[in-house]
Amino acid sequence: MALASISSNLLFVSFIAYLIATLFFGGAIKGGKAETTDKNNKWGKVAITITIIGFLCHIGYFITRWIASGHAPVSNMFEFTTAFGMMLVGSFILLFFLYRTPSLGLFALPIAIIIIGYASMFPKEITPLIPALKSYWLTVHVITAALGESILAISAVAGLIYLLKNVDLTKKSKQRFWLEAVMFTLVLVIGFVVSSTAFSIAGYEAKFTYIDKNEAPAKIEYNYPPLFGMHEYKALTEGAMEPIAEMPPIVNAKTLTTFVWSIGTGIVLYVLLRLIFRRPLAMVLQPFAKKANSQLMDEIGYRSVLIGFPVFTLGALIFAMIWAHEAWSRFWGWDPKEVWALITWLFYAAFLHLRLSRGWEGEKSAWLAVIGFIIIMFNLIAVNLIIAGLHSYA
Amino acid sequence: MSKINCQCGHENPFGTVLCERCGRPQTTEAKQSETVDMRYEGSARRSQTYKRSIIDRIWNFFSSVKIGISIIVAVLVTSAIGTLFPQKLYVPVSTDADIAAYYERLYGVFGTIYYKLGFYDMYNSWWFITLVGMLGTSIIIASVDRVFPLYKSLKKQRTKRHASFMKVQRIFGEGSSDDPDEALGKAEEKLKSLRYNVKTEEGALLAEKNRFSRWGPYINHAGLIIFLFGILLRGIPGFYVDETMWIREGETRSIPGAPGYFLESKGFILENYTKDEAKEIYGEALDRVGSIAKNYQTDVALYKNKEGGLPGQSEHRKLEKEYSIIVNKPLTFDGYSIFQMDFRLDELKAMTFQLTQKETGKSLGEFTVDLVDPEDTYELAEGTKVKLLDYYPDYDGVENGEPVSKSPIPNNPAFIFEMVTPEKPDGERSFVAIRQTLETEENAYKVNFIKADTRDISGLTIRKDRTLYILLFGGIIFMIGVAMGSYWNHRRIWIQKGKDNTLLIAAHTNKNWFSLKKELNQVQDIAHLPAYEDRLDKESTSENLEGDQQ
Ligand code: HEM
Repeated sequence: MALASISSNLLFVSFIAYLIATLFFGGAIKGGKAETTDKNNKWGKVAITITIIGFLCHIGYFITRWIASGHAPVSNMFEFTTAFGMMLVGSFILLFFLYRTPSLGLFALPIAIIIIGYASMFPKEITPLIPALKSYWLTVHVITAALGESILAISAVAGLIYLLKNVDLTKKSKQRFWLEAVMFTLVLVIGFVVSSTAFSIAGYEAKFTYIDKNEAPAKIEYNYPPLFGMHEYKALTEGAMEPIAEMPPIVNAKTLTTFVWSIGTGIVLYVLLRLIFRRPLAMVLQPFAKKANSQLMDEIGYRSVLIGFPVFTLGALIFAMIWAHEAWSRFWGWDPKEVWALITWLFYAAFLHLRLSRGWEGEKSAWLAVIGFIIIMFNLIAVNLIIAGLHSYA
Repeated sequence: MSKINCQCGHENPFGTVLCERCGRPQTTEAKQSETVDMRYEGSARRSQTYKRSIIDRIWNFFSSVKIGISIIVAVLVTSAIGTLFPQKLYVPVSTDADIAAYYERLYGVFGTIYYKLGFYDMYNSWWFITLVGMLGTSIIIASVDRVFPLYKSLKKQRTKRHASFMKVQRIFGEGSSDDPDEALGKAEEKLKSLRYNVKTEEGALLAEKNRFSRWGPYINHAGLIIFLFGILLRGIPGFYVDETMWIREGETRSIPGAPGYFLESKGFILENYTKDEAKEIYGEALDRVGSIAKNYQTDVALYKNKEGGLPGQSEHRKLEKEYSIIVNKPLTFDGYSIFQMDFRLDELKAMTFQLTQKETGKSLGEFTVDLVDPEDTYELAEGTKVKLLDYYPDYDGVENGEPVSKSPIPNNPAFIFEMVTPEKPDGERSFVAIRQTLETEENAYKVNFIKADTRDISGLTIRKDRTLYILLFGGIIFMIGVAMGSYWNHRRIWIQKGKDNTLLIAAHTNKNWFSLKKELNQVQDIAHLPAYEDRLDKESTSENLEGDQQ
């Protein structure tokens, strides 16, 4: 058990390190002259050093957990998402050393932090592998695919910086609306983390029986006060809150409950932030993007897609097909998760081709990068949790 | 079509934008714009040149990148719609009516619409296949349209370009120099050390590197085409076998799709993780979710018909190998793979009964009925026997006064026995099913159920796919091409003397301008070249560019 606890401590250290590094990146931008380089900026150097320390701890977490469980820690939602956060930081470090732009760190690290926070809301215990997952091709496939996705995600970070810098936030416009919508979405994820943590600290739990969509009886446990009940539910826990509405069998009322609680918390959080700052969040963040160079951000966005696309193809399509052939006897089966990997791939192919003709650089390209990240996140979250196929993790 | 004669005397094909030799802009548009589109070196492409016949139109349609992107997006959107509800393949019913009902029951009106539009079988629909076909066509035509002109013009390019060519490049600088010749010499040296190929001609210099990366997209497109071609081949018989078989423990069956081969199941094994296993670390997880499967395995023996042997006769078979088929570890032989896919536990194999006299409860003996291959008569003693008059393996009630069986699988066996005893030599009849005995009239004897033997069944998939190697080959070619085009960039730097001790510099890369500028700066420092400007970067005056000076 010792190794497992070392592992989770390392993860915690890396989480804290990323938080501190973010502050230093902020300092590097604030303290630096316009478009400064990290060469003449102590803050930037400290920031990247702390990031690297955090990243090493994160790798330490990954390796110790691998040893403790006997298989690569990418086999459930917690493990996969945490690994994705780790690779996101790794990809950022790579691009930082190519371009030395502190603003990239200031935006990439908080996104990694949110992702790790999100990951830790899932059951963290070490699970044994079911037969289908016992294959080193699976390990190779998942790690490469996540790496590719994380490099692609950096392009969204660069795109976001580009947009914050270039979208005129003083006038009402579609761009302003959507940029704020992106900010709002990030706050919703934080809302999920906050509400889930709160109820788990409070130790909330309510058990129900219900009839599932194949008309068989089943049991379920809620960790949130149940707003919605499963099909023909009956409470097992006494004194649990009575669900407000019963759902038809195809709707997972537990997921819906979690979803609504998170959105509610997120909205409250967002309103609070707006009241504190008295400005849209995009406007609050805008000064931090002001010192970035637009042309350079555009190029970082394009470059990270170029670096990430081949890695993603290899991991999410080629290795995936090889593994699917061994595990399920067919290399492709139109399972939702497979289809969404294909969609992500086609999307980035379209992105690359759109850049071939002029006019799809700069702002348009930045929006595309942000949309690409949304597709990746959709694949990770919604497809896993809602459109459950063969791949969905328990 | 008429040729275009450039001022330098070179004759260019119709449609040329930049002279193949000196680079002078040829069209009025190119002459007027500040920077020129360098994508295909301004060469004449078929799609830009011929626009008359039907073939031209089709060619132009498919070679357009805009159309290509539209097709990619169309495939993307249709694929996404296909994930809205489960596809036909993942629906647990099979007839059309059941499928329609399934969608309606679970998804209401939306489900019905989804079904009616045919979205429930999206990826086999004719429109989806057509879209993929168009994608392939577009890739081929667009590539052919571009690769030859690009190849020719890169091959033909001259070192010395006309000043008007330099001036329309994205990176351009012009200024006086104390000693242009010395500057050129130093620049050449530095560029060589940066691993550029340098060519010189009459006070002009062209440094070029990684031209091969320009072929990357064409190679990756070729890989995609090979892949799509491989998929096409699966339609041809013999290239592709996909069968399933259910095999019971102890049974030997011929392997569907693999003539001449037989498989014997020696046993099916299902294991769950237990808490006292070495990895107690899983305890917490087992507590939360209950049992977790560890292994599904079928131990088999593979036989092949001996040459000239009669099929179906066991003495004519030769043992090929013994193997344990595990998930992720298929049995492979002769291009076939057999996968562990499914199982059913505890199918009834045999049932043992006892014949008793009702009044005294005295036993007259036991007999065992093999449920797959039952016998007609079971002799218990002299003058005592049980005849099996009728057998219903999967008894499903009585229809028109006759018992019926749903399937030949012994899920719910029922029997009509005739009991012949010394006391009742004419026999008594009794209908025996699980937990049920019916008699036409009061009998003196009855057949009692004693015990049942069960066995497991393995669900296996047999697959042979000769296209796999073609697909893999396509994938590898794709990866090579995409890596070539993504991780290397084609960079060119032109430096040449202008009038009155001036130097002109220009540079071009197909991507990654940042690194090009970094290299150019190094050359500039050493050779004291004039300052240049990046015309697309409107924000920076080059020295305070973020991250510029490492
Ligand atoms: C899913 C299918 C496709 C994939 C994965 C793909 C992949 C690629 C990649 C990775 C590049 C290099 C892009 C860059 O370096 O920025 C490229 C370039 C290109 N693709 Fe595609 N492509 C696909 C379909 C198409 C289609 C349908 C067309 C038809 C118009 C097309 C036309 C082109 C052209 C013209 C180039 C530029 C070639 C050059 O730079 O010389 N591609 N493709």
